[in-house]
Amino acid sequence: MGELKLMKGNEALAEAMIRAGCDAYFGYPITPQSEVLEYLAREAKARTGMVVFQAESEVASINMIYGAAGCGRRVMTSSSSPGMSLMQEGISYIAGAELPCLLANVVRGGPGLGTIQPSQADYFQAVKGGGHGDYKLIVLAPSTVQEMVDFVKLGFELAEKYRNPAMILTDGAVGQMMEPVELFDQMPRKTEFPEWATIGKKPGKDRNYITSLHIQPEKMEEINLRLQAKYKKMEEEEVRYVTMDTDDADYIFTGFGLGARICMKAMQIAREKGFKVGLIRPITLYPFPTKIYHEIAPKVKGILDVEMNAGQMVEDVRLSVNGKTPVEFYGRMGGVIPSPEEIFEHFIKTFIEGGK
Amino acid sequence: MSDKTLIDMEAEIAESQKRENICLEENLIYRKPEDTLIDTPMHYCPGCGHSTAHKIFMEVISEMGIQEETIGVAPVGCSVFAYHYMNVDMQEAAHGRACAVGTAIKRIMPEKYVFTYQGDGDLAAIGTAETVHAANRGENILVIFINNGIYGMTSGQMAPTSLPGMVTTTTPFGRDVSIQGYPLRISDMLASLPGVAYITRQSVHKPNNVKRTKKAMQKALEYQKKGLGFCLVEIVSNCPSNLKVTPLQANQFVEDKMIPFYPLGDIKTPEGK
Repeated sequence: MGELKLMKGNEALAEAMIRAGCDAYFGYPITPQSEVLEYLAREAKARTGMVVFQAESEVASINMIYGAAGCGRRVMTSSSSPGMSLMQEGISYIAGAELPCLLANVVRGGPGLGTIQPSQADYFQAVKGGGHGDYKLIVLAPSTVQEMVDFVKLGFELAEKYRNPAMILTDGAVGQMMEPVELFDQMPRKTEFPEWATIGKKPGKDRNYITSLHIQPEKMEEINLRLQAKYKKMEEEEVRYVTMDTDDADYIFTGFGLGARICMKAMQIAREKGFKVGLIRPITLYPFPTKIYHEIAPKVKGILDVEMNAGQMVEDVRLSVNGKTPVEFYGRMGGVIPSPEEIFEHFIKTFIEGGK
Repeated sequence: MSDKTLIDMEAEIAESQKRENICLEENLIYRKPEDTLIDTPMHYCPGCGHSTAHKIFMEVISEMGIQEETIGVAPVGCSVFAYHYMNVDMQEAAHGRACAVGTAIKRIMPEKYVFTYQGDGDLAAIGTAETVHAANRGENILVIFINNGIYGMTSGQMAPTSLPGMVTTTTPFGRDVSIQGYPLRISDMLASLPGVAYITRQSVHKPNNVKRTKKAMQKALEYQKKGLGFCLVEIVSNCPSNLKVTPLQANQFVEDKMIPFYPLGDIKTPEGK
């Protein structure tokens, strides 16, 4: 068993980064995730020698990620909603140049400067692309501080396996809450780098160059087809989700991250009152666990999707269910966290009293 | 040579080309560095300063024997394809972000030589923040800055360095400084920052200037090796296609109009100028 510690979500994320043998972090302070950079600034250099760098902006930090990832290094940045919006151009370039890296968005309420309170309103941005062009991020949604730790390791592994940016999509509450976590052992930093890395031309070999520019349309289409084939492979091989009590369920609650965690409590209330409710919690928001919804939908009377936004993942749930069962939505916005009781009440109102 | 105009030189060259022996190996005065400059047609317009700047910089890399220790960053702009010509490992940065990309590469591998190659729009408009902060941190990188006072790749719009009164496609009646602001002498601005080791302004419109520019590039890389800080070589250049003139007339524009506004010479040296 690994080392046990009581840790804040953001600090656990930073600790996991050090332990995963991360080579460099470039970031810019923004609430509610500034602890990541602060923790790394205190801890990282002496322990692993990793580069920890406060950039002049999120625009600069994401392009620093591009540069360091292009050198074949294990690199990460984190930010919160407005900062992540600034990074979108850079993320598109990283996806286009097929560079592996890990990003974390500790989401706060928007739009605009919004609020510093937790939210899940950046689902579309994370899952549907965010920047320009046809690209996808691998998106992982932790619901506990433990998963903040585990998904750093998993995120790096998936990013490197597919040469694709991966994102941990979490929120201000998971970032700020303290929970006991089991930490994995320190991993060594890489000493060998991929063939494509720009680390100096090797004698007798062609130079390497990192680019997302292909001016000939036929070549650009070829690159796009290769990217799409890669995403298809991810959809076949990397879907991750959790189900609870779905075997006898008449109804399903679903949500991601903190939303799913609150649903678990609401589900417990429902079960105590005699309603057979199960839960589906996607872990990978991209690739989305379409199949499990599709399989369960004909067996249940309805699905209640709960999110801390105006209804974003619910679109993917509806596409997966494809009309096989009613899908209702309940959400709170702008930094308000729904309570298990209000979720249960909404369930009663829409599915039981509403007669659906 | 200094009292001859470029038009005179053109006549001289035309005369010399009549001599039959000009192509003899022993008479060649122009050679490409075979190891560092890739032997392929460049996409640059005839007479463009980029090709000269590429060539002499790759000569420096070749002569210093640092091809395998050098990583470059290409910009967005006319030199977006610099990595097709420069035979060193390179990264193509987003518009304006070359100094951020270069910062990361150098921080990851401080023992390597890192350079960015950027135009005026990339470095002094959209990428001003990245340029200023990299300079101010004293990032130990070399920036080669091509200032031709116009946006070449997008066909002739106003640049941050376009001269007052200069006609461009977005200033069809000439750049009016009361509306579009003043041309940015960014090299002079950066020279005030303590992190900056070396800033010089050169040109490639005449043979002597080409030699001086090459020397400045070499000096900057030697400073980088010593870890002295941020170095920038500005090259005042031309754009025949968008000025809609011949290459020689474009070089005459550099001489008559650009250089009086952007005077050549060292702006800051580690020795203390």
